[in-house]
Amino acid sequence: MARILLLFAHPVLEKSRVHRELLQHIPKHAAITFHDLYETYPDFLIDVHKEKRLLLEHDSILFQFPFYWYSAPALLKHWMELVLEHGWAYGKNGTALSGKIWMNIITCGGSFEAYQPNGKNHFTVEQFSYHFEQTARLCNMDYRPPFVIYGTHKLEPQTIREEAMKYQLLLQNLLTEEVVSQNTLELI
Amino acid sequence: MDQSSFLYQALVYLTAAVLLVPLAKKAGLGSVLGYLVAGMLIGPAFLNLVGDSSDVMHAAEFGVVLMLFVIGLELEPRLLWKMRNPILGLGGLQVLCTMAIVMVLAMMMGYDWKIALAIGMIVAPSSTAIVLQTLQEKGLMKSEAGQSSFSVLLFQDIAVIPMLAILPLLGSGTEAATSASHQSASWIDHQPAWIKTLVVLGAVIFIIFAGRKLVRPLLRMVAAARVREVFTATALLLVIGITVLMTKVGLSPALGTFLAGVVLADSEYRHELESDIEPFKGMLLGLFFIAIGASINFQLLVNLPILLLGIVLGLMIIKGLVLFVLGRFFRLNTDQNLLFSLGLCQVGEFAFVLLSFSRQEQLISNEITDLIMAAVALSMALTPILFLLFERVIQPKVGTKQAVKKAPDSIHEKNPVIIAGFGHFGNTVGRFLRANGIGCTVLDIDSDRVDFLRKFGFNVYYGDASRQDLLHAAGAADAKIILITIGDPEKRLEMIETIKKHFPNLQMMVRAADRTDAYDQMNAGMLHIYRENLDSSLRMGVDTLRLMGRRTYTSTRAAQTFLRYDELAMKKLSSIRDPKQYINTSREFIDELERIIQTDTHASDIGQQKGWDEDSLIEEMKKEN
Repeated sequence: MARILLLFAHPVLEKSRVHRELLQHIPKHAAITFHDLYETYPDFLIDVHKEKRLLLEHDSILFQFPFYWYSAPALLKHWMELVLEHGWAYGKNGTALSGKIWMNIITCGGSFEAYQPNGKNHFTVEQFSYHFEQTARLCNMDYRPPFVIYGTHKLEPQTIREEAMKYQLLLQNLLTEEVVSQNTLELI
Repeated sequence: MDQSSFLYQALVYLTAAVLLVPLAKKAGLGSVLGYLVAGMLIGPAFLNLVGDSSDVMHAAEFGVVLMLFVIGLELEPRLLWKMRNPILGLGGLQVLCTMAIVMVLAMMMGYDWKIALAIGMIVAPSSTAIVLQTLQEKGLMKSEAGQSSFSVLLFQDIAVIPMLAILPLLGSGTEAATSASHQSASWIDHQPAWIKTLVVLGAVIFIIFAGRKLVRPLLRMVAAARVREVFTATALLLVIGITVLMTKVGLSPALGTFLAGVVLADSEYRHELESDIEPFKGMLLGLFFIAIGASINFQLLVNLPILLLGIVLGLMIIKGLVLFVLGRFFRLNTDQNLLFSLGLCQVGEFAFVLLSFSRQEQLISNEITDLIMAAVALSMALTPILFLLFERVIQPKVGTKQAVKKAPDSIHEKNPVIIAGFGHFGNTVGRFLRANGIGCTVLDIDSDRVDFLRKFGFNVYYGDASRQDLLHAAGAADAKIILITIGDPEKRLEMIETIKKHFPNLQMMVRAADRTDAYDQMNAGMLHIYRENLDSSLRMGVDTLRLMGRRTYTSTRAAQTFLRYDELAMKKLSSIRDPKQYINTSREFIDELERIIQTDTHASDIGQQKGWDEDSLIEEMKKEN
C-alpha cells in the first residue's frame, strides 16, 4: 500500500467552495497525511527539516492548489525552493525522492475550452505545468498528469460534488498502487 | 522557660503569624487583618502569651522605615516631581483640615488649645503601613484612588517632622523635664532653632549627595566581591545608617530612607536592593501589625465601651468626611473617592510615636493617651474590614457599576471571548478582535476606563477579575476563551487557579511579563503564553540589522527563526529549572540569562536555508566539466 502525502496550499480556503468540498472527500485513512501549508506556515517560515521527514515517510506526493497566474500559490513555490535541496532531492547524491509519485490537483476558474490552443489562455494546463513536470524529473520522481477541475467560478453544487467524488476515487486508487520508491523501502 | 527570652517571643509571634495569616488570606481578608488578629490572640486580652508588646512595636516600626525605602526605590525623582500637585494639594489640605476640625472639636470639649492642637496632629496622619500593604495586595496601587492615597500618605510622612518639632513647644514641662525624660535627646536639642534647621537641611543634602557619590561606588565594590550576603548586609547597613542619622538630627527615619530610596531609584542596583530588603520589610511589617493587635487595650473597651467606640467612630467619620470632600474637590469619581476616603480614615502608626513623644513632654494626661492609643489601634484594626466592606458591598453598588443592567428587551449577548484587563496589553488585543468582528466582554478594575469603554458600547464588568463571582457574571461559564491581560503577575496566577477550578472548559491565553513569569505559568499548566516584550524587541532587532546594511527579508527571517528558537529553548530550559532554587528573582534573571546566552551560541546556524544556497550546486557542476 502506498502512503499519500497531500500538500495543500490555499491562502483563502474560506472563500473556496470547491476546495472545501474536495477536502471533505479525502478518505479518512491512516495512510493519507493531510498537510495544510498556509495553516502551518502563515509567516512563510517553513520548517525544512520537518518537511523533508514528511516526504521520506510517504510514497505519493500530491499537491492540491488553485491555479493562480497559471501556477501554484506563492507558498508552494516557496516550499519548493526551500525543501527540494540540492544534494538531497536532486544532484549527484540527491536521491531522497527517487521513485515517488508527484501529482498535482489543480482547480481553474477558466473553462476547459479556455485552456486550449485556440482558447483565451492559449496553452493547456499540462503545458503550464511543464516546470512541475521537469522539477519532478530532476528529482527522479514519477510525474503523473494533473487532476484538473475547470470552470470553478460557474460550477453548480451538484457538479462540485461529482468532481469531489472523482477525487475521492483517485485517492483510493492511489492508495492501492505499489510504488517503488527507494527511500521508503529503506525505511521499511 | 524564661517568659521574656528572645527565642520564646519569636516562637509565639511566628507561630501566630504562620497559623493565622494564610487562614486570613484564604478567607479573602488580606494579610494585614490576619496579622492583627494574630496579635489580638497572643495579646493580654486573650492568651496573654507575650508581655508588654511596646518593645516589639518599636523594633517593628523599623519595618515601616524599610517599606518607605522600598517605595522610594520604585519612585524616580521625575515621577515624584510629576506628583507634586496631589502630594502638596491633596495631602496638605487633608492634614490641615483634619487637624483644624479635630482641634476645634477638642476645644469645644473644653481642652486647652495646646492639647487640642496636639490631639489634632496626632490623629491627622493615616497608616502608611496598612493602607499601602492592602492596596498593593489588592492590586489597586495604580488606580486613581491608590495614587491619591499614596500622595496623601507621603505628605503625612513629611508632615510628621514639623509636628515632632512643634510638640515640645506645646509642652507645659520645663526645659529640664523635657531633656530628662526625652530618651533620644542629643546635643542637637540644646541648640538654637537656626542651627537645628541648618543641621536638618545638611542631613537631607548629605543623603542626596551620599546616595549619588558614595553609595553607588560602594555598592559596585560590594557587588564585585560577589558575596551575596554582604550585599544584603550593605543594604541593611544603608537603611540603618540613615535611620540613626535621622534620629540624631530629629527627622523621621522613614522620610530619610524614603529620600535615599528615591536617590537610588535610577541606580543599576535598584532591583538587587529591593529584593534584598523586601523579606526584612515584610517580616517586620508583619511584626508591627501583630504588635498593634497585641497592644489593643481590651480592658478599656470593656470598661468604657461607649466612650471608646465613640472616639473611634467619631475620628474615622471626621477623617473620612474630610477625605471625601477633598476627593470630590480633586475630581475623583464617586467610587474611587469612596475607596480613597474609607481607606485613609484610620489613624496611623505615627500616632504612637507622637503620643509617646507627647507623654514624655507631659503634654497630654496618661488617661487620654491610653484612650487615644486604644482608639488608634482599633481604627487600624478596622481598616482591612473597611476595605472588605468597600469591595463586597459598596463597590458593586456605587459609581461605576460592576455590570450595566441591559434593557430587558435587548438580547443578552454571549460573547465567546473575555478580556481580563484592558490596559496597555489588553486594549490592543481587544481592539484587534473588535475590528475583526469578535465579540468581547471586558473585565477591568479601573473605573474611569470602565466608564469610558461603556460609552463606546463595550460590554464591561468592573472589579477584580480574579474573583469567581465576577467571572461568572461576565459569562465565564459560556465563553470559549479568556485572555488574561492584567498587569499584575501574582493576580494572573491567582486567576489561572480560579479558572482552572471553576471554569475548566474555558481556554486561557495569558500575558507574561518575562521568562520567570512565563515559567510560573508553564508550571501552572498554561499552553498559550505571550511574553510582553518579545515581539517588539525582535522587531527592533530587525530594524537594527537593516540599518546595519542587511537585507530586510533576511533580517525578518532571522527574527522569525529566533522567535521559534526562543520558544523552544524556553520549553527546554523550563524542564531543567528548579523554582525552589530561587528565592530572589534578580539572581534568577542573571542565571537564566547566562543559560540562554550559552544556548544562543548554537543559534547562529539555525535559520540557514540550504535551498537558497547554491554553493554545493556550483561545486558539483565544476566537477562535471
